[in-house]
Amino acid sequence: MSEPLLQVDGLDAFYGRAHILFDVSLEVRRGEVVALMGRNGAGKSTTLKAIMGLLPGRSGRVAFRGRDVSRLEPYQVSRAGLGYVPEDRRIFTDLTVEENLEVGRQPPRSGLAAWTVEKLLDLFPNLREARARSAGRMSGGEQQMLTVARTLMGNPRLVLLDEPSEGVAPVVVEQMARMIQELKGQGVSILLSEQNLHFAELVSDRAYVLEKGHIRYSGTLEDLVADEEVRRSYLSV
Amino acid sequence: MGLQSVLVQLLNGLAGASTLFLVAAGLSLIFGVTRIVNFAHGSLYMLGIYLSYSLVSRWGGSAAGFWGGITLAALAVGLLGAAIELVVLQRIYHAPVLFQLLATFALVLIFKDAALYVWGPEDLLGPRAPGLGGSVGLLGHRFPSYSLFLIAVGPAVLGLLWLLLKRSRFGTLVRAATEDREMVGALGVNEAWLFTAVFALGASIAGLGGALQLPVEPANLGLDFSAIGDAFVVVVVGGLGSIPGAYLAALLISEIKALCIGIGDVTLLGTTFSLSRLTLVVEFLVMAAVLVARPWGLLGRAQAPARNAAEIEPPLRPADPWLKRLGWSALLVLLIFPILGREYPYVQVLAVDMLVAALFAVSLHFVMGPGAMHSFGHAAYFGLGAYCAALGVKLLALPMGAAMLLAPVAAGLGALVFGWFCVRLSGVYLAMLTLAFAQIVWALAYQWDGLTGGSNGLVGVWPSPFFASKTAYYYLALVVCVVGVLLLRRLLFSPFGYALRAGRDSPLRADAIGIDVKRVQWAAFVVAGMMGGVAGALYVFSKGSISPEGLGVGRSIDGLVMVLLGGIQTLSGPLVGSVVYTWLQDTIARNTEYWRAMLGLIILALVVLFPQGIAGWVRQRIVPEEGT
Repeated sequence: MSEPLLQVDGLDAFYGRAHILFDVSLEVRRGEVVALMGRNGAGKSTTLKAIMGLLPGRSGRVAFRGRDVSRLEPYQVSRAGLGYVPEDRRIFTDLTVEENLEVGRQPPRSGLAAWTVEKLLDLFPNLREARARSAGRMSGGEQQMLTVARTLMGNPRLVLLDEPSEGVAPVVVEQMARMIQELKGQGVSILLSEQNLHFAELVSDRAYVLEKGHIRYSGTLEDLVADEEVRRSYLSV
Repeated sequence: MGLQSVLVQLLNGLAGASTLFLVAAGLSLIFGVTRIVNFAHGSLYMLGIYLSYSLVSRWGGSAAGFWGGITLAALAVGLLGAAIELVVLQRIYHAPVLFQLLATFALVLIFKDAALYVWGPEDLLGPRAPGLGGSVGLLGHRFPSYSLFLIAVGPAVLGLLWLLLKRSRFGTLVRAATEDREMVGALGVNEAWLFTAVFALGASIAGLGGALQLPVEPANLGLDFSAIGDAFVVVVVGGLGSIPGAYLAALLISEIKALCIGIGDVTLLGTTFSLSRLTLVVEFLVMAAVLVARPWGLLGRAQAPARNAAEIEPPLRPADPWLKRLGWSALLVLLIFPILGREYPYVQVLAVDMLVAALFAVSLHFVMGPGAMHSFGHAAYFGLGAYCAALGVKLLALPMGAAMLLAPVAAGLGALVFGWFCVRLSGVYLAMLTLAFAQIVWALAYQWDGLTGGSNGLVGVWPSPFFASKTAYYYLALVVCVVGVLLLRRLLFSPFGYALRAGRDSPLRADAIGIDVKRVQWAAFVVAGMMGGVAGALYVFSKGSISPEGLGVGRSIDGLVMVLLGGIQTLSGPLVGSVVYTWLQDTIARNTEYWRAMLGLIILALVVLFPQGIAGWVRQRIVPEEGT
């Protein structure tokens, strides 16, 4: 088995004095789509932010392509090839769609086909008509696509995708699923946080289940779907 | 005065607008991206004019020498800006906003003394611009060619900035960072570098603004304050972060000023009134009017709550036994102090200064800390109190006690009126509006010769015979100060204080449980104003006089520095801060000509070392934390 692309060991995270993540360890291998599952407040988004370096209070080791990135600034983590798509989208509302993409642009990476604005507009046709429009005027679904496209402009090797199916119309959820499969086909690895088991089942190879900041389960999606006990304890609402 | 001369005045206004815009544009740009209100921006403007003076006088009067000198001066100021950002600001981006203000204010002090050291105290007038030294005939008047050139500079810089921001990758990144800097970083952009570049750009525009003034006005040490005051007003009127807004506001203010000068005296209802005397306050009147009608400025937008908001303040706790013991011992020392200090009468004078400063700082802290209204014009209430107490003695021949009682009434009334406007705003806009009101009070004191004695102020205001000795007055000040401080403290632990703090920590929820947040804030504003007025009354009888300087921007800023120095999160903070600051100022001023720079360096060191203020730091070290 190849060396993991992303390896997280003993990650602890804090908001002020509140301890949020406890000894979280996980890994994502090349070409894999891994789902990080759990209820609201389980620590899914916090895990992704901590990996990205966006939380000041954290300890533990995060290795990306064998290199320790846990002490780097977020921009350095991003330049190392880790893309981050926040759950609350955080698009630049004053900028046009194209300008939003421009902010995310990074040079091509070896062994990876480089994204261009044109390619991304093919992937997300809805954005094409809106390219010169101010991003703040777009619908929630379009904004969701834009934030993914913006991150892809950085040609990431691994995308941290925070709740892609949350709060968007079913038709957009379908588009997101297709997009994930397409990315996977192009060799991009993905770690996505997700509450929706059906969506995760549709796109991911493996899953981790978080509860109150602890990893409670890890295994393939088939096993998770079959394991009613785990589903009832940690996932069902 | 004819229509033509009014038109010429309007042209002058256009030239003035360009200069105002150059200072304000950089300030606005820097604020937009870094969220730092750079007090030192006026100093950068001042250094621009000094540097160009040195460069142009060295390289002679050739066109290349002149324009080369101007350009190089602007670039040098830009480099200085980059250095400031790297050395100072990068350490305090995550500090509370007020600490950033304090740090940039320390830079103002340092640059002022640096300029004094290098260029001396005399005004320095530069040569005329080669080729633009003459004048052209316009509407039957002679109009300087250089002013025509200046008129063109403003729109040119505006256009270039617009191109840079809208048409370059750098500009796209800057605008994105203005909205969400953290996200820009997560997308692989080195924000630190972006911030340095923006700061350097903003600084060099201010430097250019200064350098271009070389043939127009002499370089002098007062330019930093006047420039920053004007620039603040322009930026706030135009809308923070909006560059076109800054130009619009610069235009509006310059033209209104020019009209005031152009029209001169007007006779209304039989009384002649000089409009040109209004120029001192007109910009503040414009600002007050704009902020009331459009709280976010002409072209500004309501600010979204910042993402990296400062930490939630820990709740205030009633004094624990440790603090109570400390308080009682401090009071005991203060009571026997005059006996110890009998041989050094100067110490008693200094002690009264400290008590006045303490009451002033505590009253300011009341609005700033628990009230979360950052007042930049608390001196207004100090001044209202001081002047009214003095007028009570001089005009109404009241005894000292009665005159002193006038002070809180007058200051409270002032705060009642100003506060009504101020509580409608928040953040930097509120701070600027308080500053505007303070400037209006200052201008009243300065210009109402008949009542206030103009720039000389009121003199010969001495305490009644019983309190005439230094020791007796010290005890009076001590009693008033202690009672005032305890009263404010008591208020904070009353239901009113809880409501005030609830309104600060979560305005929406406070509103939802039935607290009228604005009304509570308004009341707090008035209480703080009254106590500031009492401090003013104590001051005037201790000095025997009050002049407009006593209620200028300087005093407001002194108060801010005291509160921040001591620590805004503790109630003892302003006490510690006022004592330390008064002592520092006095000690340094007696030992070196360059006391401002010393003070600035000390403030900078304190900001970097004690981000919670002195009292906050001590508390953290000594008092064991609970719940850990």
